[in-house]
Amino acid sequence: MVEGYSPNTFEEALKILNEEDVIIYAGGTDLMVKNKNITSLLPKFTKDLLYVGDLNELKEIKEDDNKIKIGAACTLSSLLRVESIPEVLKEAIQNIASPAIRNMGTIGGNICNASPAGDTLPILYALEAKLKLVSINSSREVNINDFIVGSGKIILKDNEMLESILIEKVKFNKIYYQKVGARKACAISKTSFVALAEVSNQKIIDIRIAIGSVGPKIVRVKEAEDILIGRELKDIENLMSEVKKVYSEKIIPINDQRSTATYRKTVVLRLIQFFLQYKVVFEHSVKSEK
Amino acid sequence: MNKTITLKINNKIIKTEENCTKRLLDFLREDMDITGPKEGCGEGECGTCAVIIDKDLVNSCLVTIGSVEGKEILTVEGLKGTKQFDVLEKCFAEAGAVQCGFCTPGMIMAAQALLSKIQKPTEDDVRDGISGNLCRCTGYNMIINAILMAAKRGEGLW
Repeated sequence: MVEGYSPNTFEEALKILNEEDVIIYAGGTDLMVKNKNITSLLPKFTKDLLYVGDLNELKEIKEDDNKIKIGAACTLSSLLRVESIPEVLKEAIQNIASPAIRNMGTIGGNICNASPAGDTLPILYALEAKLKLVSINSSREVNINDFIVGSGKIILKDNEMLESILIEKVKFNKIYYQKVGARKACAISKTSFVALAEVSNQKIIDIRIAIGSVGPKIVRVKEAEDILIGRELKDIENLMSEVKKVYSEKIIPINDQRSTATYRKTVVLRLIQFFLQYKVVFEHSVKSEK
Repeated sequence: MNKTITLKINNKIIKTEENCTKRLLDFLREDMDITGPKEGCGEGECGTCAVIIDKDLVNSCLVTIGSVEGKEILTVEGLKGTKQFDVLEKCFAEAGAVQCGFCTPGMIMAAQALLSKIQKPTEDDVRDGISGNLCRCTGYNMIINAILMAAKRGEGLW
């Protein structure tokens, strides 16, 4: 029968992780569903559990002038209450599941579960988050894009744990997030879309678009972003078909119980067009006329 | 390993030797005979197993007892007898927010968690507060009315 370890410190947790074959349990919201059993029988865990959800070291949020560091076991709800967390990340979290799930689920869990439909992931990809992975005798920082290698697949070694998420404070004046789900609450995304752009002097200075649930990993197409960076707003309309063609080649969704490949692709391409035409060009020109 | 787990359930300290991976929902219903929390979907979608743990609403089907060691767990049974419960009970009855009653313990806990965080909720706040709780009878409007009514009548209680 499986058992559980309740370490008192992060140090102790790393020691157990190094010596024993365990499953890291933070909020449990994904693990408990994956290991669901018949009512009143124990969940089908095959390894001992390492409870890390209450470790203070993993619940800290620190910031300096350039960066925010979020402890991996911070619950999704707790992030909603912190001023320094980027608004677009809060918007995505507000759309995850329900209050009860957000009270348990952690940001580290959302990352390590590495679901293509993980709702914090597109935001973290767009913000180019770095992850600090720690073991008893090592510590390294990796880009979130390198950390997740496929659906549910991550490069975390057996004795490593995700300690914190590092987000650089970046400024964007055009921010757009859209989750497409079957209903308002408790919906797993058909697709989720985030676009950030910095526009000044009628030019696109920077743009980042990340899309969830349209492939085994979050999709971000640098090639398409590069077409847009440095361009003047009046040229965007002419570039539209080229940009959409690049995205169209890189977005290869699947059919599943939640949606179809055709629907997902159509919606995403329209969201890209909407963001560029409406949020970037139109809203900007209305603003500058005022 | 294989140790005693201490929990505080409805203001009583409980010690148990049960396996730490046991679901809190099963522990409450089978070991404690606390049957307010019910099992609907068993995967966090329906909210009928909702309890309050350290002031936060939580689905008891999605937590193991080992993960809530040392925490304070409140079920609808523990809420009974408080002034807040009296107000919620009367408003739910008056608004017609209870039909078959299966979702009601979860709804009451969701309402309690919401009102302890937001004393004067808007309709949108209430809709978000119960967004993880399914009800197949009322169509939700009566429940929303009941919670808004409770917020007004119970002003100052939360």
